Amino acid sequence: MNNSATSFVSAVALALAVALGSGVPARAELNVDITQGFVEPLPVAITDFYAETLEESKTGKDLAGVISADLERSGLFRPIDHGAFIQDAASLRKGPRFSDWRLINAQALIQGSVEMQPDGRLRVNFRLWDVFAEQQMTGLAYFTTPSNWRRVAHIVADVIYKRLTGEDGYFDTRLVYVAESGPQNRRVKRLGIMDQDGENHRFLTAGNELVLTPRFSPTTQEITYLSYIGEIPRVYLFNLNTGQQEVLGDFPGMTFAPRFSPDGNKVIMSLADDGNSEIFTMDLRTRGVKRLTSHPAIDTSPSYSPDGRRIAFNSDRGGSQQLYVMDSDGGNVRRISFNQGRYATPVWSPRGDLVAFTRMSNGEFYIGVMRPDGSGERMLTKGFLVEGPTWAPNGRVLSYFRQTPADSRGRVTSKVYTIDLTGFNERELATPIDASDPAWSPLIP
Amino acid sequence: MRFKLLTLFAAALLVAACETSPEETAAVDTSGVVEQPAAQPVSPGGPTPGSQEDLLLNVGDRVFFAFDRSDLNSDSRATLEKLASWMTTYQNVTITIEGHCDERGTREYNLALGERRSDAARDYLVALGVDGGRVTTISYGKERPAVLGSNEDAWAQNRRDVFVVN
Repeated sequence: MNNSATSFVSAVALALAVALGSGVPARAELNVDITQGFVEPLPVAITDFYAETLEESKTGKDLAGVISADLERSGLFRPIDHGAFIQDAASLRKGPRFSDWRLINAQALIQGSVEMQPDGRLRVNFRLWDVFAEQQMTGLAYFTTPSNWRRVAHIVADVIYKRLTGEDGYFDTRLVYVAESGPQNRRVKRLGIMDQDGENHRFLTAGNELVLTPRFSPTTQEITYLSYIGEIPRVYLFNLNTGQQEVLGDFPGMTFAPRFSPDGNKVIMSLADDGNSEIFTMDLRTRGVKRLTSHPAIDTSPSYSPDGRRIAFNSDRGGSQQLYVMDSDGGNVRRISFNQGRYATPVWSPRGDLVAFTRMSNGEFYIGVMRPDGSGERMLTKGFLVEGPTWAPNGRVLSYFRQTPADSRGRVTSKVYTIDLTGFNERELATPIDASDPAWSPLIP
Repeated sequence: MRFKLLTLFAAALLVAACETSPEETAAVDTSGVVEQPAAQPVSPGGPTPGSQEDLLLNVGDRVFFAFDRSDLNSDSRATLEKLASWMTTYQNVTITIEGHCDERGTREYNLALGERRSDAARDYLVALGVDGGRVTTISYGKERPAVLGSNEDAWAQNRRDVFVVN
């Protein structure tokens, strides 16, 4: 898993093919083995990005800070305290003294520089060094508007993550979620959006109507979600560029539980008619509607496999709430959850190899994963109420929300968490107010 | 003032109950048609006939469900029979049935379950002769608990249909 190619160079990135050192890059090199359950975080030295002016220096320090925080939060890396650094920034410009970095046990060294261009753009470059092999592992430069420095930091962190783990990064992403306030019986819910590290937070709706279960489009800057506008629960689209909301279709009953198809061309959702919930798709281009289930039981929470050929969903057709998989035309329905308890909210991994879910058993809620055939089931976390897993685009990290039981005054708190697929590195994702229903974006195009 | 009114109503209901013989009650149950109006304006200053307050006092504005169930028990059916009769009296009234769930389920499934609960009550009203066009349903899933708290008591009270006069 460590032989990652360097084909991640995007149009905005310029590969610094010229390494300072000489020789062919070694292949038996530094990498993080992330196939094990618990990983000892790799010690890395992330130096402040060098700059000539005071203002650029601040940006250089901020860039290193965001990269450092991203890598640390993954649980796979341990950034070394800057106070331990021996080699100073000025001399590092001329090349790393690897012995200095080995002394503080840095396995990898990240250096960079920031320079304002005559055209007003910011030039950011960085190099990733394997300290023990004394090799440059990668080096790239980016040109961007100065206000966009945070995204560049996330992109750099993604490159480093991929180079060292062999897996795609997930730092240049956002989460949409439901921000909550007020007592449970009059809870105010608003759509909120933020970078995956909680920065650049903003609210998308004002809280005048109940909103639930937002989900990102895989291809466009759109979100599909449930809103009670006019006290009619319906599935809507929210355009992040224009801020416009649009109801999807005109159905006789409630539409809910929406998700995009992997190609972004369809929304799959439930429609409740005469009390019975069935699964439908709507083609966003033709607005054509297709019914996929036909059963007196509850059929809801559909989620496509990444190849679009299968759909996982939630049904109580067997007598209790369980997970099922069907072909994308609605045929070949089979149950995949068989352990004790009730199962809900199946969400197919972007890698296709796993389905994440919520399980309820003996008064507790669990977030777990299983293979799409139902085998290999394992729980990642549990609590009084944990619900609604969503995958980071690399299929390695999940997010979900955790609600506490009501206290003596009837108050609850609800927070969004992230957790590694191994079940380790569970962390709260700080939000301005209470939070639920997180949904991870794809990598920002 | 409000307390006095309630007492007055309770007394009036008691009298009404005494006037109905057990046999007559049984006949009402089997036929599904209630001839005696369930509610009469009792005194000046009482609830407006056909209002939400009237419904609350003389019918009851909610029925309850078992965990993860949407079938109506005998108490629920009795309440809905009173509601059907009340709606027969007040022919211009339309209502919304809100279906609700406790917090011990997942959000989307509970939206479906709340829909099922509201529809179960609506179906029964229609079977009792209420015009379906007068009854709309909406599910709030677990989003609008009636009682705050994370215990069996609160959950039992939150698994409900609520009848709202439009």
